[in-house]
Amino acid sequence: MIRRLFSSPEGIAGTVILAVLTLIALAAPWLFPHDPLAIAGPALLPPFHDPAHMLGTDRLGRDVLAGLVHGARMSLIVGLAAAAAALFVGSVVGTIAGFAGGLVDEALMRVAEAFQIVPGFLLALAFVSIAGPSLPVVVAAIALGAWTGPARVARAEVLSIRERDYVAANRVVGMHPLEIALREVLPNALPPVMSLSSVIVAGAVLTEAALSFLGLGDPNRVTWGAMIAEGRAVLRSAPYLSIVPGIALIVAVVGVYLFGEGLVEASTSRRRYL
Amino acid sequence: MSEPLLRVAGLSKRFRRGDITIDAVAGVSLDVHAGETLALIGPSGSGKSTLARLILRLIEPDAGSVCFDGLDLLSLRGAALRAARARLQMVFQDPHAAFNPRATVGRVLADPLRIHRIATRAGRPAAIARLLETVDLPAAFAERPLHDLSGGQRQRVAIARALAPAPKLVVLDEAVSALDVSTRRRTLALLADLQKSHGIAYLFVTHDLAAVRLIAHRVAVMDCGAVVETGPVRAVVEKPQSATAQALVAAQPRLPARSEAS
Repeated sequence: MIRRLFSSPEGIAGTVILAVLTLIALAAPWLFPHDPLAIAGPALLPPFHDPAHMLGTDRLGRDVLAGLVHGARMSLIVGLAAAAAALFVGSVVGTIAGFAGGLVDEALMRVAEAFQIVPGFLLALAFVSIAGPSLPVVVAAIALGAWTGPARVARAEVLSIRERDYVAANRVVGMHPLEIALREVLPNALPPVMSLSSVIVAGAVLTEAALSFLGLGDPNRVTWGAMIAEGRAVLRSAPYLSIVPGIALIVAVVGVYLFGEGLVEASTSRRRYL
Repeated sequence: MSEPLLRVAGLSKRFRRGDITIDAVAGVSLDVHAGETLALIGPSGSGKSTLARLILRLIEPDAGSVCFDGLDLLSLRGAALRAARARLQMVFQDPHAAFNPRATVGRVLADPLRIHRIATRAGRPAAIARLLETVDLPAAFAERPLHDLSGGQRQRVAIARALAPAPKLVVLDEAVSALDVSTRRRTLALLADLQKSHGIAYLFVTHDLAAVRLIAHRVAVMDCGAVVETGPVRAVVEKPQSATAQALVAAQPRLPARSEAS
């Protein structure tokens, strides 16, 4: 699987970008042990002028590179956690709906539709403004708008799997329907659901940035979105304050997307051989 | 004769696809006695498999009754139905479709033991080894993933799974049809041996008259969702009364007399 991932250019590029970002995020406390929100030098220092502040400083004299490195943690944590929550909830709900059928299916799918008709970002915005900005709330808010896709894909897959003989065999053995659904059917319905993960992670990273851009991120943590918003006030005199974290955001989203493409490529080429 | 193990009376199932309705099973009644093999034969589409699935409650019937071992099967639901399933097992036609593609032999056999509380967690490996032994497979197979096994080996695992909860009746739905000729013979011989040693009754769904001759005691012939003829194997195979049974017997490939004798 890993070798196949590296056989496509998307796979290589995505893996490298994500690996670098992850390393930076993990090493942030060692690279910049000081609080990235603390004032570190003179204000509005442009990039590449002072070796102590390679990417310059913002309006309050906070180091941009330190913010960028610590911001990578937040972006990756929120992106991955929100996508994991959305995939987990979505695949469980979709499996139960598809497997149970009838009234349960109708009820769960109507709930999913209720979530789908509200734009995901609006939902996240509303949720954060009610529950207050903190890391778990932001994760939940993003997952709230993203679980319906996995739920629909999982349900469609389960609808075809539940007619197979092995499911009937499990019923004959006397297995509880919930156990059949979650242990016997769900794992076999996962591959197509997982192929959604890259889109969801990329979307979650962007939504997190947009939320903190609007000031609804966790105020005690640096985030790329908040940095872009911060730089907006001095966009004409110091555009780098918005451009630098903006580039970081684009690199992260493209990296996640390429990695996902590579994974899909690797798994389909494996299927072709079977 | 005493009360039958399985008594099916007036069982019916109608399928609807848009405007078309098909009476897949129309008022079928039959008995299976303890320890005997009733073969259920009939042309394709005659409703044999549907009947088998109705008896096992894999499909819900529209009308009729199924009495099994003193229980009214159709009135059971939930936990009571799951508990009753221990005594009524099934082996499916396609040995490649009948298992979770991710499962190992050991996990497949552990499920019935765990669900019906037959062996404790500690006793399960030994119980699985015994089950594998009864179907002539080595105990080391427990570690193997099912996709490693041949069709005949998988069907043995399916039989072992069906035997695990010590059933009184096993429904064999074309259980040997997908196997090659020599494997089919060995599997039929194994089934006959298991019937002798465990006293299990079989409802043997098939269209293979040679297999019927080998293993069955009585035959029920189905056509268009109804049982058109029942009787002892010899009577039905040698002097078929109904047109359906005559056609099935006539369709059997005949070997030259000399090789048939050997």
